[in-house]
Amino acid sequence: MDFSAINPVLLLASLMVAATPILLAAIGELVVERAGVLNLGVEGMMITGAVCGFIVAVNSGSPWLGFAGAAVGGALLSVLFGLLTQYLLSNQVATGLALTLFGLGLSALMGQGYIGIKAPSFPDWHIPLLGDIPVIGEIVFQHDPMVYVGLLIVTAVWAFLTYSRAGLILRAVGENHDAAHALGYKVRAIRMMAIMFGGACAGLGGAYLSLVRVPQWTEGMTAGAGWIALAIVVFANWKPGRLLLGAYLFGGVTVLQLNLQAAGFAIPVEYLSMSPYLATIVVLVIMSSGRAPGSLGRIFHASR
Amino acid sequence: MIALVRRAAPSQGWTYAAPILAVFLTMIVGAALFAALGQDPVVTIRTIFYDPLFSEFAWFYRPQLLVKGAPLVLIAIGLSFGFRAGVWNIGAEGQYIIGALAGAAVGLALYPMENRLIFPLMVLAGALGGWAWAMIPAVLRVRFGTNEILVSLMLVYVAEQLLASMALGAMRNPEGMGFPGSRNLAQYPSAANLELIAGSGMHWGVVAAFIAVIFAYIMLTRHVFGFQVRLAGLAPRAAAFSGVSPGGLILVCMGISGALAGLAGLFEVAGPAGQVSIDFNVGYGFTAIIVAFLGRLHPVGILLAGGLMALTYIGGEIAQSQLGLPAAAIQLLQGMLLFFLLAVDVLTHYRVRFGKGAEA
Repeated sequence: MDFSAINPVLLLASLMVAATPILLAAIGELVVERAGVLNLGVEGMMITGAVCGFIVAVNSGSPWLGFAGAAVGGALLSVLFGLLTQYLLSNQVATGLALTLFGLGLSALMGQGYIGIKAPSFPDWHIPLLGDIPVIGEIVFQHDPMVYVGLLIVTAVWAFLTYSRAGLILRAVGENHDAAHALGYKVRAIRMMAIMFGGACAGLGGAYLSLVRVPQWTEGMTAGAGWIALAIVVFANWKPGRLLLGAYLFGGVTVLQLNLQAAGFAIPVEYLSMSPYLATIVVLVIMSSGRAPGSLGRIFHASR
Repeated sequence: MIALVRRAAPSQGWTYAAPILAVFLTMIVGAALFAALGQDPVVTIRTIFYDPLFSEFAWFYRPQLLVKGAPLVLIAIGLSFGFRAGVWNIGAEGQYIIGALAGAAVGLALYPMENRLIFPLMVLAGALGGWAWAMIPAVLRVRFGTNEILVSLMLVYVAEQLLASMALGAMRNPEGMGFPGSRNLAQYPSAANLELIAGSGMHWGVVAAFIAVIFAYIMLTRHVFGFQVRLAGLAPRAAAFSGVSPGGLILVCMGISGALAGLAGLFEVAGPAGQVSIDFNVGYGFTAIIVAFLGRLHPVGILLAGGLMALTYIGGEIAQSQLGLPAAAIQLLQGMLLFFLLAVDVLTHYRVRFGKGAEA
């Protein structure tokens, strides 16, 4: 065992990369849940995004187009969830599970011809000035553009929910859909938009795995990342700021265990691989006292 | 305008018709999907749904129906209690793995001793293993209010890693020339879960599945526990007022489903699978969720749904080898089935009204 093989600067730098897919998926789900909808299909939308993004990126040669394709793919799948839960009034837990099972099958089918291919990568870019700051520049400012897109989305969501009128309406719909309906807000339409935003974000998160982090397509490659994203939303108490903390905490555990594996730490690999999932459980236990949006998971049916 | 009007009580007719309609819709859309994949849709659908039962080689496939159906039914029966009461155990796959590991551990520890009590002991260990694994999310939920969906699911990934470590480490066959995987339990007479009637596919797991169906039926329709479960699902507040302890209900529901999933794992590892290996689990724990819903959370329905789902597994394998249909297509078909069921189910709970009078 050799701890000196673990470079703390590189560790912190890769933490941001490891956290990004979860962060993207979680911020989407946060908006969905703030609108009062519980979509347990994050894993399915993520893996569909991963395969859609990969296919588009390979065929077009552009990772940017890949990410756009992933967002569209994730959003399309989420529309299915939206139609079922909002218009056909199905149980959200069951429908979310169905979405995950469906997405896993769909992605495996779509990705058949793409196993073993390498995805086109972002061209190397260097952020002038900021990237040149010693240590901090290396940790924070030398990543691929999607890391910053993720942070931008989190900030935008925070501003949207806190300061905009539309954000207030979205929260009202999530807290009490009957009252929001009585005030004349279109509960279903608002929720559909939130669900599609969640799908698009989950798709981006999945594509980050298949295009940047791995970067290859393998069946079932999300390996529970979507579920961890769901857990982080609970951890974050449905607040974007805390979400960032949760995602980085999780990214830290992931990166640390990978580094320990590489350093030949005395614990078998399998037990180290368990640690992100165990950490998620511990975090859920500690943070289960938060208050969920009032109408979360309830079926909205306006009688008139 | 089309409008939905809530029915006072779920429609009896649609309760039965919805799953059948869902299966037909899945077949139609599935056929379109296969056509898009460049297959002959009619041949593919026939290969999946008809050939395993009635083709020339059906004698070979029919026993498989029991072998594949038993774990699905066993797990789904357990899940159905919780699903009715609003307790969501999504981690049956993990409990299935741990049940298999616990049961196999007992068998492997006693190897090569021959004793009639070994297999019963393994069954007990399997059930206990699954039960204990399910108790983790249950206790966390009752004690700390932790979401049982997420915890039980996280534990699936933990269990998979544990399985890998056991297959490569503690349970590896010492005479296996270094290959991963345990001794073959099916070749160890005292621990083997062999066919009870040769060539029938009937092993102890199938027997257990049928017993579970009967017990579940009695519990649900005749026993106060079944009443409490149904009450808690339909009206949680009324259940609480009438003295049903929500915590107790969670513990019991999770315990039952965990123990049954553990049993399913044990019967599989000692019989059809034979050994603890890295790729031992094949997703029965997740497919069982579809089985439970397709069977309307009712024991008899689950039995039928389990048979149908086993059929798609076997038919899927045939289609894979004969038509070159990708394995993922079957997974997609199974997911689609649950989607259609949930969609059609709107008719069970709501009446559809057309025209302007729909606003009433």
